[in-house]
Amino acid sequence: MNEMVDVLIIGSGASGAAAAWSLADTKMRILCLEQGDWMKQSDFPSNGRDWEARRYTDFDLSPNRRKGPWDYPVNDDNSPMKVANFNAVGGGTIMYTAHFPRMHPSDFRVRSLDGVADDWPIDYTTLEPFFAENDRMMGVSGLAGDPAYPPRQPPMPPLPLGKTGTRYAKAMNKLGWHWWPSESTIATTEYDGRAPCINLGHCTPGCAQGAKASTDITYWPHAIRAGVELRPRCRVREITTNEHGMASGAIYYDADGIEHFQPAEVVIMACNGIGTPRLLLNSASSRFPNGLANSSGLVGKNLMLHPWPQVFGYVDERVDGDRAPMLSLWSKEFYETDPARDFVRGYTLQFTRGTGPVNEAITSAAAGRLPRGQDHHRIYRELLYKRLQIGIACEDLPEEHNRVTLDPVLKDSNGIPAAKIDYQISENCRRMMEHGIARAEEILTAAGATNLYASRTVLNSPGHLLGTARMGNDPERSVVNARGRCHDVKNLFIVDGSIWVTSGGVNPTSTIQALALYIADSMKQRLATLFD
Amino acid sequence: MLLPAEIRDLRCVAGMMVPASAEYGVPGADDPAIFADILASLDRDFDAVRAALAALAGGSFADLDDVRREAAMQALEEQGGTAPVTLMRVVVQCYYRDERVVRSLGLEPGPPFPKGRTLEQGDWSLLDPVRVRPKMWRDAPP
Repeated sequence: MNEMVDVLIIGSGASGAAAAWSLADTKMRILCLEQGDWMKQSDFPSNGRDWEARRYTDFDLSPNRRKGPWDYPVNDDNSPMKVANFNAVGGGTIMYTAHFPRMHPSDFRVRSLDGVADDWPIDYTTLEPFFAENDRMMGVSGLAGDPAYPPRQPPMPPLPLGKTGTRYAKAMNKLGWHWWPSESTIATTEYDGRAPCINLGHCTPGCAQGAKASTDITYWPHAIRAGVELRPRCRVREITTNEHGMASGAIYYDADGIEHFQPAEVVIMACNGIGTPRLLLNSASSRFPNGLANSSGLVGKNLMLHPWPQVFGYVDERVDGDRAPMLSLWSKEFYETDPARDFVRGYTLQFTRGTGPVNEAITSAAAGRLPRGQDHHRIYRELLYKRLQIGIACEDLPEEHNRVTLDPVLKDSNGIPAAKIDYQISENCRRMMEHGIARAEEILTAAGATNLYASRTVLNSPGHLLGTARMGNDPERSVVNARGRCHDVKNLFIVDGSIWVTSGGVNPTSTIQALALYIADSMKQRLATLFD
Repeated sequence: MLLPAEIRDLRCVAGMMVPASAEYGVPGADDPAIFADILASLDRDFDAVRAALAALAGGSFADLDDVRREAAMQALEEQGGTAPVTLMRVVVQCYYRDERVVRSLGLEPGPPFPKGRTLEQGDWSLLDPVRVRPKMWRDAPP
């Protein structure tokens, strides 16, 4: 029998790590259970000659293909977008591009401003100090002065423009459209023990240099030094409740498959937008027959995945390709709602640098650009390192039919029922996607690119899992309140992307972590009355 | 492990996908060293490759003459699905890491770490017209 802890955090990724670090100064006994293991920088693909191919094996974005010892399967057959995640200490921050935009002020007020979905019960101003704290903890590179955002000051200078960024910048100036260097958690200087970026490229599947921030090398060392215990290779099966309807702890399996019970005074879920509803639904009991914290019926519903078309083109000289971080610039020209368009809300244009030799061949062959046979060599040489690539980060609005449920058949290696997702891209989003594709084509043409190609649903991308245990003031229309506490279970908190009300048109990690810090801070401010 | 007949078929497919080229001074994907790498790297694609080979002329692809091989490949490609994509991926992911091939592209073989690369800073004055734009974000009601 494990000893009682004050706070049990489930999941060590973006949000769990931030919450653990923030709560550490309370001197409470805090334990984090993580189903994955610690990663080593020497594990990451850019150490070896098969570095590109490993994106299709043990560092594939999809858990269904990766099939690592700590991965759990997800039935995503009924979705045009596939699930991307990573299971390790650091969670999804091991496997992300390190793109770090914040949500915009308008993203928290979509009902008031645009008459769609719902407003969040909190706003940008409330989160602003936590955004800044998180920027400092993760180590953000960027440039102050972006007219698309309220003022902020990234602690490190931006990634260089390079040849690719220069092409984009000139094209955007020609069109008169907004652009700015992307904010990222790739260190451009030495920072909190991290070495600066040396342009290995392929940042997504882990950085061998350690320049990319993942919570195993940012928050966790600080949290562990402050007394938090992190127990890896422990997969939680269910959250238990007592006779008062309060969470009493969690049942988990260790690496040998041995079942344990971990009692806790408070439970915090940080398992992402699929893992959290899966665990809540798997925690059904006689008192909570439809799943824990699910009196609203909304656990698992309103899944948002961020449709993310990609548009490619090729210029007449070699540019940066994969010889630098993928991230370059962003544009917010089309982010805010414009009544003249046939959709509401908007998108970020994310300018990236291209790809490496193997991926150029794989993706171009799959797209029908690169033939087999004798012409293969000539055409390949016309493509290699000449690619410009723009991603369109479309705001995905919540719809209840997009959802996570439990698969009746599929189970993980511990026999725990797996998640199933049902998801469709909305008409509003499809119109937004087409608008973005047309603008991206204009930009690429202005940058001198030809041979344009648009991919509307990129498999396993981007892997943003949001909205399935939404935040709100009305217990009948939300799962957690404005401070992340479940309406139904007063000592159960959720800090991951599942509590998002709407998705914005940005990569979510920055806002997920700011929310986790905000929730942890509100817990600290209310310790004496936390369960009232 | 693939059966000997399957290995012959896959090697034939590899050579058709990326043939040797005297013009570019590169081996084909059926080169012994590259093909050995392909065989050793099938990994999660093993079953899919085996199924794709079975779909190619019923599993006797290497025994066909050039015209029939080409027809069988075209038929597989026209069917679409994952089979042709998988075959191409298992071939090119090894072909484009072969040192001879990588050098022919003007690149230095080897993994990115620890040497890294240099990225030019660029001209940040390009940002001047954006810096002077008025604020673009919408104020939100509290």
